[in-house]
Amino acid sequence: MTFKKYLVLACLMVCATFGDFFLKLGMNRQPHIGMDHPLAVFGVLTDPWVILGVFTLICFFSCYIASLSWADLTFIMPATSFGYVLTAILSAVVLHEHVTVSRWAGIALITAGVGFVTRGPSHTEGKGGGKHAPIPDLHP
Amino acid sequence: MRNIPLSIWPILVVFIVLSSIGDVLMSKAMTLIGDLGVVRREHGIAGAVGRVLGSGWFWLAISSMAGSFFTLLIALNRADLSFVVPASSSFSFILNTLAAKFYLRERVDARRWTAAGLVCVGVFLLTK
Repeated sequence: MTFKKYLVLACLMVCATFGDFFLKLGMNRQPHIGMDHPLAVFGVLTDPWVILGVFTLICFFSCYIASLSWADLTFIMPATSFGYVLTAILSAVVLHEHVTVSRWAGIALITAGVGFVTRGPSHTEGKGGGKHAPIPDLHP
Repeated sequence: MRNIPLSIWPILVVFIVLSSIGDVLMSKAMTLIGDLGVVRREHGIAGAVGRVLGSGWFWLAISSMAGSFFTLLIALNRADLSFVVPASSSFSFILNTLAAKFYLRERVDARRWTAAGLVCVGVFLLTK
């Protein structure tokens, strides 16, 4: 793992957290979306916060697919878990949501558990891809 | 505000399943394509983008992720961010770990299984 790759993981984590946060800000301004009119969800795409959230999630997505090209899925997901802590802090401080002690404990456990994984190898050798791999069939 | 209505659970289940399918298929697509840094050095940015956009697995993953995105919007409209995001992501983590072992053939060792167990307990605490 190079410094550049750690930087990509950090960007991934921050963009995922803020993307969800901006979406929540946008959705808080919307009326309740009932299951009788599920297509109403498309109407929220004009909300500035939702647009900002989508843009941030596009940045997240770029980092995500780049990281998946050189690391296992079971490495990438936990490696970015610190985002849960950021999400809880943003929810409590900015959105004034009530984050209970048990939720904090849960977030801590999740972070500890998944952080565990980052101490192992990031990629399963011989799983495919890589510099010298032949161009594979990219279609299902 | 603490707000976890019962009606959120079916929405979360749909979100988790679509999200996991999207993650697993995207991992498959990117593994087949190879390290994007290397592909970019050898074929340029256009070559790398072309290789990603030319992958059928990539588009299958995108379709699933788009479905999960709109389900997430509905979930966020009904419950707290601090509940929706960690709970759904953590369940997705377990599903993804299983799919990674049995479908993607990743080496999921004791360290990664332990992490999955800790995440399960974390999820239980999170929903209390």
